[in-house]
Amino acid sequence: MTDLTQLTLAEARDALRSKTISASELTKAHLAAMEQARALNAYVLETPDQALAMAAKSDEKLAKGEAGPLEGIPLGIKDLYATQGVRTTACSNILGDFTPQYESTVTSQLWRDGAVMLGKLNNDEFAMGSSNESSSFGPVVSPWAPPNWSQDKLDAALKGDKKGLLVPGGSSGGSSAAVAAHLCLGATATDTGGSIRQPAAFTGTVGIKPTYGRCSRWGIVAFASSLDQAGPIARTVRDSAIMLRSMAGHDAKDTTSVDRAVPDYEAAVGRSIKGMKIGIPKEYRVEGLSEEIDQLWLKGVQWLRDAGAEIVDVSLPHTKYALPAYYIVAPAEASSNLARYDGVRYGLRVPGKDIADMYEKTRAAGFGSEVRRRIMIGTYVLSAGYYDAYYVRAQKIRTLIRQDFENVYHAGVDAILTPATPSPAFGIGEMGASDPVEMYLNDIFTVTVNMAGLPGLALPAGLSSGGLPLGLQLIGRPFDEEALFSIAEVIEQAAGHFKPQQAWWA
Amino acid sequence: MNATVDPKKLIKGATGDWEVVIGMEIHAQVTSKSKLFSGASTDFGGDQNSHVSLVDAAMPGMLPVINEECVRQAVRTGLGLEAEIHLRSVFDRKNYFYPDLPQGYQISQYKYPIVGEGKVIVDLVDGSQITVGIERLHLEQDAGKSLHDQHPTMSYVDLNRSGVALMEIVSKPDLRSADEARAYVTKLRTIMRYLGTCDGNMDEGSLRADVNVSVRRPGDPLGTRCEIKNVNSIRFIGQAVETEARRQIAIIEDGGTIDQETRLFDPAKGETRSMRSKEEAHDYRYFPDPDLLPLEFDQAFVDELKSHLPELPDAKKARFMADYGLPAYDAGVLVAERVQADYYESVAKGRDGKTAANWVINELFGRLNKEGKDVTTSPVSADQLGAIVDLISNGTISGKMAKDLFEIVFTEGGDPLQIVEQRGMKQVTDTGAIEASVDAVLAANPDKAEQAKTKPGMLGWFVGQVMKETGGKANPQTVSDLLKAKIGLE
Repeated sequence: MTDLTQLTLAEARDALRSKTISASELTKAHLAAMEQARALNAYVLETPDQALAMAAKSDEKLAKGEAGPLEGIPLGIKDLYATQGVRTTACSNILGDFTPQYESTVTSQLWRDGAVMLGKLNNDEFAMGSSNESSSFGPVVSPWAPPNWSQDKLDAALKGDKKGLLVPGGSSGGSSAAVAAHLCLGATATDTGGSIRQPAAFTGTVGIKPTYGRCSRWGIVAFASSLDQAGPIARTVRDSAIMLRSMAGHDAKDTTSVDRAVPDYEAAVGRSIKGMKIGIPKEYRVEGLSEEIDQLWLKGVQWLRDAGAEIVDVSLPHTKYALPAYYIVAPAEASSNLARYDGVRYGLRVPGKDIADMYEKTRAAGFGSEVRRRIMIGTYVLSAGYYDAYYVRAQKIRTLIRQDFENVYHAGVDAILTPATPSPAFGIGEMGASDPVEMYLNDIFTVTVNMAGLPGLALPAGLSSGGLPLGLQLIGRPFDEEALFSIAEVIEQAAGHFKPQQAWWA
Repeated sequence: MNATVDPKKLIKGATGDWEVVIGMEIHAQVTSKSKLFSGASTDFGGDQNSHVSLVDAAMPGMLPVINEECVRQAVRTGLGLEAEIHLRSVFDRKNYFYPDLPQGYQISQYKYPIVGEGKVIVDLVDGSQITVGIERLHLEQDAGKSLHDQHPTMSYVDLNRSGVALMEIVSKPDLRSADEARAYVTKLRTIMRYLGTCDGNMDEGSLRADVNVSVRRPGDPLGTRCEIKNVNSIRFIGQAVETEARRQIAIIEDGGTIDQETRLFDPAKGETRSMRSKEEAHDYRYFPDPDLLPLEFDQAFVDELKSHLPELPDAKKARFMADYGLPAYDAGVLVAERVQADYYESVAKGRDGKTAANWVINELFGRLNKEGKDVTTSPVSADQLGAIVDLISNGTISGKMAKDLFEIVFTEGGDPLQIVEQRGMKQVTDTGAIEASVDAVLAANPDKAEQAKTKPGMLGWFVGQVMKETGGKANPQTVSDLLKAKIGLE
């Protein structure tokens, strides 16, 4: 084995168990790759000392035969997860150098199971965005090079303003880029409207947003509480299943987490899908959907049919209302969740002549433009006189969207297959500058899943004409993540893996 | 509820009578070990910021988890107010910025409170009763405390109270005078103390009132109200109502109109001052807290709590009247505090209820009051007072001697019977000894004895003289009988 970063998570785990490799050398290989890839800006904080200490401890455990399910596996952690003693900023200036005294439930479960932390990953500020361009640490560059760019042009852009290089999606852009560029074996991510699935689709990686309540939200910086869910991004279906098992579980500290046994998701990988009913929702055939995405979708249908699944046409009639309703509910909750960043107790404080002035100056300086926009939208839709017209109606739509899915599942459908995104990755600085709604449309296929609280998995199924990854999305029944892993494995087997060009950024 | 206007309650203005209409929002701190949504302690008086969890400080990613004991306390209180208990209620966020509000919102209940309509029966000083409607009771978080006097240019924040559970109890506008307002809060506090759901300690801020006051001509529709915020003593509640009602009447009588606004009562200056107008009112942007599921429980949960409720003041009062033959006033005084009522019952059990009540209310309470003590710190135990009552009932001591005995027990302690024996305080019933004193007194005052034959009212003076002669130990009835016989009355 020449390059340990080329292993999948499952392969690395097996190699560690058989003592073919050590956790320390595996971690060192990743730390070296991270150093080489700093131009991608995937990590906002590297924690090599911590990583090596954790790896050494894993080696001891492996030697004693006390290995946990993720023993010695180096992971990247989205900067939205509170990590004890390690700076956590949600990639916002308002948190400054905030260093929590506590560890999020999900990451503490990963460490419990033996994983190694490599560092904190970039994301859109407070997870608001679909391109990772709103981060206070600057954009992340996708390891997928723009089609037909020369090495010189790539080098110049990397050193310069990065315009035209591709976005890794968002908000979990650091996670998807790090996984695609082999800077970790897997990464934690979060998904409020598509922030796991869209970046996975843009980078040829596998991401799953589990059912709302499957993972604890405790210790994860909140964006929109009723929509936020933690989940993994990894390079294979199996790897994401292994990670989710450690991340999921009930937590008494999160009232919305569900007390339900966590299945062995990996066991579902490779399970037959014969006889499963897969729904194809006609409403996702949106106007202007590109021919190549449509073709990819059809290919996916054929692969599943070949594997013995039954394909049925289904209708989710309220789909078209999902995006506008989402952009009321999510900002409304965000406007309230972000009120705590007031300069009084932690993070940034810009002095003012009185308390109101201090609030205004602190929040004006601390929040970026996208976050400010959403706070304003959210404040507006909750205001007296507008609440019923916006928030209440959006909640009604949410109920209707949930019912759409319930009706389909009630009719015996096991999972739904859709495209993950309406297009492949776009260039940095190319979208949303003049019209933020243009950027919001990236989430058109993913937000319904958050609105309904269902599990959704995105995985690569092919390449665009320009050679960029294209993803499909599987939507499951509540808490039936296992079905998604089984079906996704069929697609992965048929479609193969998609790797970016050699490390052109190094 | 109080449909007819009671002329006694009207306020006289320059142009005629006015009726004052009062509704109240009481903020009562729930008695619980930990806060509404965190495990931090609710103890009063800890070092600043010593009872603060990560949740109370609103650290990033922290989530609230409901404290079930606070839910039980709210349900108990609702039952004590004979109110409708809602098996499903919802927590909302009330959004506003203030340094002592770390989350930037208060978790409260807006549209769907845990307790709905109920009622409180309030006894007034004149012996009459009114029924005050309860609109709702909901659970909410308290804020922290801003300290503006610790530093010349900075304000400090103490979060010990941040997140402590409060019950906001909203009355209907059923109160018509300052007296009624005071009596209502007093009764509410009594009920909660009986239930053990709020200690009602106003000095520690466990009970605060927002008082809504408006005035109108009798029979007119409701006037524009002003809300007086955060009044923190029962006395001030009365003063605030009086002051605000007079202010409003003066404005209207001068041809002005009342602006709906929030005001503050300044007890030092005896005035209310504008805090903010309706236009400046916050838009709280209430919406259901997405971090918390709706609060749901079943009827069995309510029934279980109901089956363990203590006897409440109204029921206790009725029982004292029936079982101990007490007048309503005495029974009302005794049940005002559960510890008082319990003390009284220990004294009264197996004894004459009325005598016991007289001793507890007149002697004991009077004496305790003078010392600034209460029943819980009384130097005279219920057993000791019971023994004194027994010594009176069986004729061992006279009523007068009993007062001396009480004072000895109060100041020095000890067993009343032993004190009586050791100090020779026993009543003298030996007619021979008393007769000698009677004779001596009559012999010393022959003129008066003569006059008494035609003026029987003078007998009392002779009884007094004989009691003095005997050091108060003579049985007054025996003295009186002997005197009558010797003077020749009958």
